Amino acid sequence: MRIVVDFDLCESNAVCMGIAPEIFEVRDDDFLYVLDENPPESMRAKMEESVQRCPKQAISIAED
Amino acid sequence: MNSTTVIVGASLAGINAARTLRLQGHTGSIIVVDADSERPYDRPPLSKQMLTGEWEPEKILLPAGKEDLDLEFRLGVRAKAVDLGARQITLEGADGTVANTAFDSLVIASGASARRLPDSAGIAGVHVVRTLADSLALRAELEAGPSRVVVIGAGFIGAEVASSCRKRGIEVTLVEAMPLPLERILGAEMGRVCAQVHIENGVDLRLGTGVLQLETETVDGVEKVVGVALTDGTTVAAEIVVVGIGVTLNVDWLEGSGFTLDDGVVCDNTLLAAPGVVAAGDIARYPSARFGRMLRVEHWETAIAGGEAAARRLLAEASGETPVVFDPIPWFWSDQYDRKIQLAGRPMPTDTCVVVHGSTDEFRFVALYGDGDRLTGVLGMNRPRHVVQLRALFEEGASFSEACERAATL
Repeated sequence: MRIVVDFDLCESNAVCMGIAPEIFEVRDDDFLYVLDENPPESMRAKMEESVQRCPKQAISIAED
Repeated sequence: MNSTTVIVGASLAGINAARTLRLQGHTGSIIVVDADSERPYDRPPLSKQMLTGEWEPEKILLPAGKEDLDLEFRLGVRAKAVDLGARQITLEGADGTVANTAFDSLVIASGASARRLPDSAGIAGVHVVRTLADSLALRAELEAGPSRVVVIGAGFIGAEVASSCRKRGIEVTLVEAMPLPLERILGAEMGRVCAQVHIENGVDLRLGTGVLQLETETVDGVEKVVGVALTDGTTVAAEIVVVGIGVTLNVDWLEGSGFTLDDGVVCDNTLLAAPGVVAAGDIARYPSARFGRMLRVEHWETAIAGGEAAARRLLAEASGETPVVFDPIPWFWSDQYDRKIQLAGRPMPTDTCVVVHGSTDEFRFVALYGDGDRLTGVLGMNRPRHVVQLRALFEEGASFSEACERAATL
């Protein structure tokens, strides 16, 4: 699975960082950084939760 | 679960309840009813990107409403009454047809409607922002380039509408009956900061004054607003008035049906309102052990979490599993001008409030709220990372002093 963030939509609410700080990090510049674009399968539930909880619908999961 | 579930409300709570039921093994019929005839959409952009014209309606459709979940949508259909004994709900279609629908389980997610000023019905130029239709109607008038908009109520909706109007270059007068904006939610100190944000962005802010009446003119048989008379004796000329004075809960259809209605549908700590009936979203009032009182939370994230939890409660009831307690940490955000305000927790306005990071003068800070040594809130302005990190302290059961210490390390 690959994490795709639409940075035109992302408004750095940092909800994803609250769910999975190992993958998502909002830094002091207020921008979101994806720390691991290919998280392990064991993270799937947290990734799906991040997709659902993003207030801007900016996160999606690509299967490739 | 293989039975019929009726969900009243196709907004965030209702659609997430439907999605969770289906994905967690509900194989029966799921009927989703909403008085709004639009496909399920997201509300936060209605006062922001939809008003500024950055986004079109297609962009705010909720993903769950577009998924293939085999849901039976009945949109433009209003719930009129429910009979718990007979397990049926009375629905009124857009054409006025009334019919009963049987259910085995029911999700109450009918939400709320925008409160309006008395005697303002039918006056052109007077708006609320709650539905997509409301937002599009206001946007059409903003596009005509009015010289001034008067926004009544400096709560979150009013503040965001004011912000969107300023982004369009329109002059704004923002009227608030309380001495400070958001004082009941954030306390006086932070209310002052929020007031200053409006002033810095060129808004004519009128605090501690109410609305006496709308001034209107009738041209070609159309009564149109031309100004707002305030209780401080002044009158503000306005081509458009936007009213953001809170909501009325959509509970009329539940009256007399055996539910406890007390500023919402009273539920237990698993969102169960009656056997086989759950509530979620703006309308659900539940006991929070975390905050030691009954809560009814009108936040976006609570609507999602509540919809999911309500669905799981029904599934647990059907399977005989132990239900899970619903007691999330309330969290919301509000985007005003170039500031992002986020609050985690549920402080009382009288709680202690300490700025632990940054400065309010720069409108970039984190403040913590405490009741004694109990942490009750984390407020951030343009500090999303800190808010999310400090929010986790609620889960850890950190005290107010521990939270202050932790904040110093971020």
